[in-house]
Amino acid sequence: MVDQIARLPRTASPLFPGFSLDSVRRGAEAILIPVGALLATAIVFGLFVAAAGADPLETYSLMYRGAFGTWFSWQNTLQRTAPLLLTALCVALPAKLGLVIIGGEGALVMGGLVSAAVGAALIGVPPWLLLGLMAMAGMAAGGAWIALAGALRQFRGVNETISSLLLAYIAIALMNHMVEGPLRDPASLNKPSTPPLGEANMIGSIPGLDVHWGLVFGLIACLAAYVLMQRTTFGFGARMVGGNVRAARMAGLSVTTLSMITCFLAGASAGLAGMVEVAAVHGSAKASLVAGYGYTGILIAFIARQNPLAVIPVALMFGGIAASGGLLQRRLDLPDATILVLQGIAFVMILASDTLYGRFRIFQPRG
Amino acid sequence: MKGHHGISRRTALGLLAGTAAGTALPGALSGGSPFPSALAAKNLTVGFIYVGPRDDFGYNQAHAEAAAILRKMSGVKVVEEEKVAETSDVQKTMESMISLDDATLVFPTSFGYFDPHMLKVAQKYPDIEFRHCGGMFKAGVHPANTGSYFGYIDEGQYLNGIAAGHATKSKKLGFVAAKPIPQVLRNINAFTLGARSVDPTITTQVIFTGDWSMPVKEAEATNGLVNAGVDVITCHVDSPKVVVETSERRGIYTCGYHANQAPLAPKGYLTGAEWNWITVYKDFVEKTKAGEKPGQFVRGGMKDGFIKTSAYGPAVSPESKAASEAVKAKMMAGDFPIFAGPIRTNAGKEIIAAGQSYGQTDMWLEGMDWLTEGVIGSTS
Repeated sequence: MVDQIARLPRTASPLFPGFSLDSVRRGAEAILIPVGALLATAIVFGLFVAAAGADPLETYSLMYRGAFGTWFSWQNTLQRTAPLLLTALCVALPAKLGLVIIGGEGALVMGGLVSAAVGAALIGVPPWLLLGLMAMAGMAAGGAWIALAGALRQFRGVNETISSLLLAYIAIALMNHMVEGPLRDPASLNKPSTPPLGEANMIGSIPGLDVHWGLVFGLIACLAAYVLMQRTTFGFGARMVGGNVRAARMAGLSVTTLSMITCFLAGASAGLAGMVEVAAVHGSAKASLVAGYGYTGILIAFIARQNPLAVIPVALMFGGIAASGGLLQRRLDLPDATILVLQGIAFVMILASDTLYGRFRIFQPRG
Repeated sequence: MKGHHGISRRTALGLLAGTAAGTALPGALSGGSPFPSALAAKNLTVGFIYVGPRDDFGYNQAHAEAAAILRKMSGVKVVEEEKVAETSDVQKTMESMISLDDATLVFPTSFGYFDPHMLKVAQKYPDIEFRHCGGMFKAGVHPANTGSYFGYIDEGQYLNGIAAGHATKSKKLGFVAAKPIPQVLRNINAFTLGARSVDPTITTQVIFTGDWSMPVKEAEATNGLVNAGVDVITCHVDSPKVVVETSERRGIYTCGYHANQAPLAPKGYLTGAEWNWITVYKDFVEKTKAGEKPGQFVRGGMKDGFIKTSAYGPAVSPESKAASEAVKAKMMAGDFPIFAGPIRTNAGKEIIAAGQSYGQTDMWLEGMDWLTEGVIGSTS
């Protein structure tokens, strides 16, 4: 137990290694194993598309073009990356405490619904204030939603994976009820939605880019989450809970406080994603908010091995895969499910590669 | 003890392979362009975007079937993308079709694509024509390069109702519906009015599933209706597959919707209300190729060829066929208003007075928020 605690700070920050060679070895291990797994993914997926009748090289070249090949493709990728950064954090943060939360979709939907309701109620206040209040409301709603799953676990022993997933269904049903009933804009005939925010109250694009500000929020949130978890006492405590709950309790940490705050922050990230969807894309809350970003976030967090910094490149990769999926359909007549297959292969490969850590002597500390 | 060597042979090979792939891959990706862009000069490239799978036996398949016919026209190139979410995803899909595939005529076919997605992209690309299925295009309000098209498929549902009215023994019909929105309510009402034109004691039990694609709930709703004594079912969800297959398995009759589901229910399928989108798409494409602007508020029903009915199934009686054909003939002649008074709502209020009637193009019908007498269910 003591040994485990002593090892924590050394293993936990592979991307900011110290100056010792051992740290470099561990850092290389943390990067090369996932990269190897992704290369294996590329080979298996290549075989899959070949079996589906497409040329693997052409497929990859199209994917590159669709995701990063032109300036338009880059913006397409970045736009799709934005919500995924935030929903992946909803999984990665609680994972530090050993909690497997998969209901980010529910927090996103609640964040979108509540921020849209606040926006509709306060229309007329200056846009910057309106958006600020909407963001706070959305984060509070999403945070409360995941904190609810955390509380059920903490105080009632309910498995947080199941409860967060079921809460997502409740959130979607609640949103549908509200936009079709009490919060419905009477003018939204065939697409029930909350009253529109209006163009003046929307979050615009990042200057010079056709990508909304959600991308910047997501990047800031990932960096903040990394600092919080790796560079603060709070984060150290949280990781200690994840490493060994009993040891953490004996060391005098409040497991309840750490869990509840972390769950709230996780939900707040997804809630912010929902608010951005409302304020930057849809202009109101409606059933279209349920687009599966919360579920893609689960894959991303696991592939990033729950590291908030690694979430950034992985989310970018998933954004790129999504952006290129259309081109595969249009040029190669591959079905939409092709990119789901790719995501699934990547997920399995990364999970399988987890067993390789510590197996290669080159990565092991000497002495 | 191999393990004492710093690098095992397998690790070294792996590393080498990794490096080789790492250097070779970018070369393969940037070199050689498999994208002929010169082709686009003469061809008209048309983009279709679907919200669900294009082989769903339903809403999306109805569009995809028309796209497949367009594909065979000379000088037309069709690009399609399925399962595109009604988020910024669809905006990027439209832009991708325009900037990577040179599409100049785009059909985003799902209702939720209209506002804000299509309107936003259309402002950005004023030279590209966008036509949306189902949206309420308003000249002067929406961008000049946009438009919308839709069909009065409630005519098909009225004919479904006549077939159901003749086939039912229990006098109880069922309707599995997605959401209580005007388009859906109009179909439920038309179906019920058609059935009650055969026998005014017939009722239609409606169940709302809450969303457009809810296979499990659709199966539950169908089973629930059959258990309650319903013996003919129709639906308005994106894919009628589950409803039709479940009904066939339970040994009751079905009326189809969106596309032809006869292959799923060879015994119980009576007839169906189908879209005939090729009429619209062909017109749009021909106008565009001739250098004219395609229509911007395009609506039509049976007589315009926007709607068709599935061939009658084996269970349809000769009287039933005769009754349907008589009404269909009036529809083809353009003098069959479905919503002709007296019509009372199922809450007992007279909504359309005797002698009053609403033609298909009447905007009042587009805001329908009531259910006709004979429907068991409520709009909220």
